[in-house]
Amino acid sequence: MLNIRNLHVKLEEEDKQILKGVDLSVEAGKVHAIMGPNGSGKSTLSYVLSGKDGYEVTDGTAHLGDIDLLDIEPEERAAAGLFLAFQYPVEIPGVGNMTFLRTAVNAQRKARGEDEMSAAEFLKVVRARARELKIDADMLKRPVNVGFSGGEKKRNEILQMAMLEPKMCILDETDSGLDVDAMKLVAEGVNALRNEGRGFLVITHYQRLLDHIKPDVVHIMADGRIVKTGGPELALEVENNGYADILAEVA
Amino acid sequence: MSATAEKQNATEARIAGLNLQTDGWSASTRSDAVARLRAMGLPERRDEYWKFTRPDALTQADAPQAALFDAGEAALFEGTDTLSVVFDDGVFNADASDPLAMDHLSIERLAGAGADIHWAKGVYGVLEARGQTPVPRPLATLNTAFATDGVLIHVTGKAPKPISLVYNHSDEASDAILHHVIKLDAGAELTVLENGPAAARFNKVMEVDIADTATFHHVRAQGRDHERRAATHLFARLGTESTFKSFTLTVNGRLTRNECVIELTGDDAIAHVAGACVGDGDFHHDDTVFITHDAERCESRQVFKKVLRNGAVGVFQGKILVKAGAQKTDGYQISQSLLLDGDSEFLAKPELEIYADDVVCSHGSTSGAIDEEALFYLRSRGVPEALATDLLTLAFLAEAVEEIEDEGLRDVIVDRLEGWLERHRG
Ligand SMILES: Nc1ncnc2c1ncn2[C@@H]1O[C@H](COP(=O)(O)OP(=O)(O)O)[C@@H](O)[C@H]1O
Ligand SMILES: [Mg+2]
Repeated sequence: MLNIRNLHVKLEEEDKQILKGVDLSVEAGKVHAIMGPNGSGKSTLSYVLSGKDGYEVTDGTAHLGDIDLLDIEPEERAAAGLFLAFQYPVEIPGVGNMTFLRTAVNAQRKARGEDEMSAAEFLKVVRARARELKIDADMLKRPVNVGFSGGEKKRNEILQMAMLEPKMCILDETDSGLDVDAMKLVAEGVNALRNEGRGFLVITHYQRLLDHIKPDVVHIMADGRIVKTGGPELALEVENNGYADILAEVA
Repeated sequence: MSATAEKQNATEARIAGLNLQTDGWSASTRSDAVARLRAMGLPERRDEYWKFTRPDALTQADAPQAALFDAGEAALFEGTDTLSVVFDDGVFNADASDPLAMDHLSIERLAGAGADIHWAKGVYGVLEARGQTPVPRPLATLNTAFATDGVLIHVTGKAPKPISLVYNHSDEASDAILHHVIKLDAGAELTVLENGPAAARFNKVMEVDIADTATFHHVRAQGRDHERRAATHLFARLGTESTFKSFTLTVNGRLTRNECVIELTGDDAIAHVAGACVGDGDFHHDDTVFITHDAERCESRQVFKKVLRNGAVGVFQGKILVKAGAQKTDGYQISQSLLLDGDSEFLAKPELEIYADDVVCSHGSTSGAIDEEALFYLRSRGVPEALATDLLTLAFLAEAVEEIEDEGLRDVIVDRLEGWLERHRG
């Protein structure tokens, strides 16, 4: 599903190399986790895959199925089925959450040559999905993420994911800033979307999210590279011993 | 005060071809206005409130030509039930207008026979003259002297539907001068809509006298013509617990100067004036606002938003004057521009002058570009860049548009803005 080969990325404005040859493949139906110390390049990887400005790919490739992600616009990547749940969801004053969701859903459908969702159908689906995530009507009406608590922002990311039904979901530290209850809610939302056709890349700093979203594969990222790959036990190792041992071992 | 020789010459040149009406109830007001105009002279670039906007095209003897524009769409407020009064290039069109009759008000033409308009004498040119201090507004005085037509509306109760003034432009060289007078008695309510480019050059004055507890709503759109020029003045005087809310949408137009002069003379009155303008290329748009608080506990709000691209220029000059004794004044003023490229320009002159000690007044002015973070967020959800930019632009304009209380009218304005944005993508 997602294939990243030898990806090298530097900042556009500065001579600073951030990703130094990332190799990673996520198969359909699988959940992969990336763990790693702060500053190792996890968010950068997620931004580059989704097409944010400010980064320059100096080498390597990234494909979603047979689509060359690095060759197309962010909106085309989204329509192709890529979704990033942001580490820091953006506030957009003046744009209603509902308008935003509906515009996004219909823009993707249009790009794929599908029929737009009618207002009535959309309302029905969004209400049901929102209820599961304990997102109330007021949050749907308010401007996107404006005045939302940290947990509300993260739940709103998962709502967008549920509405857009992407093929490949990248979650960047969706657990940060969440209390245990909110984390369970988010994890349930993610687990509800797990199926054979969908891949997940869950970026997290801590093991605890992985208690709720069970990964098939765990990668450790350090200094712009995947330095170790293993099963769920690797996450437990990080939890118990921190990153120091692993980093020393691969150094 | 007398005008410089240069100003005198320019003024004489401008009025030489105009016809001064010498009979009827307005004759003495008109001849007074000519004298006032001669004393102050027409504006020139050196004048304090004309530094950002060249007045030449508005003051020269002949109107510069403006190509006609066929929007190929229904007129803006067509879907609203109104009493509509149509002017073609400033000339009343009886066939296209509704009969001038409605419950709870009388409506007549300025150019009409003048049967029972003694009340109009108390407003016509009166609010305009009051609005000349401390800042002269000679184009409005010219209008009082030489207006050829307009409507006189006296509202005695709650008007059952809005009055819609429709201004068509069908002559490339037309030069129209219209003057409307609206008087609302205590407790009366009226909504006035205005729509259309009006003429190649349009000089319009609207005077609104709002008695205690009366309510006046005003929603205006200035057409889609690209080459037309306009100088408009809105003078309002508010009594105790009265309400005035005015919104203006400007898309296109080579030159627009909209002045709004509001006097809060009764306690607990509310005055909101808002504007949204979008310009692409040869577009110069100037909002000049002066609000005087001369009573206690009044609220005033000025909300002006300008979206500019391809060298378009936006100007805002807004003043809140709080007189001694106008305690508990609540004054708010915001003027903002969204510059969609590096060629466009926003010039702002916000002013506060306060002589009372117990007041809350705030003002702010900003210029900015599209928020790149928000743009990426929208695109990452699959919203194409152009549509995402439109959404963010509408969001920027929202605070001004939301000043329109009526939801139906607000939707009409938002539709027009969406259409414009779609047609003017980068
Ligand atoms: N736009 C940027 N400008 C400057 N430095 C950046 C930018 N993006 C990332 N970096 C730097 O790149 C490194 C990796 O950051 P990031 O991808 O956010 O790491 P992680 O998500 O693993 O904590 C850090 O040193 C960070 O400061
Ligand atoms: Mg990060």
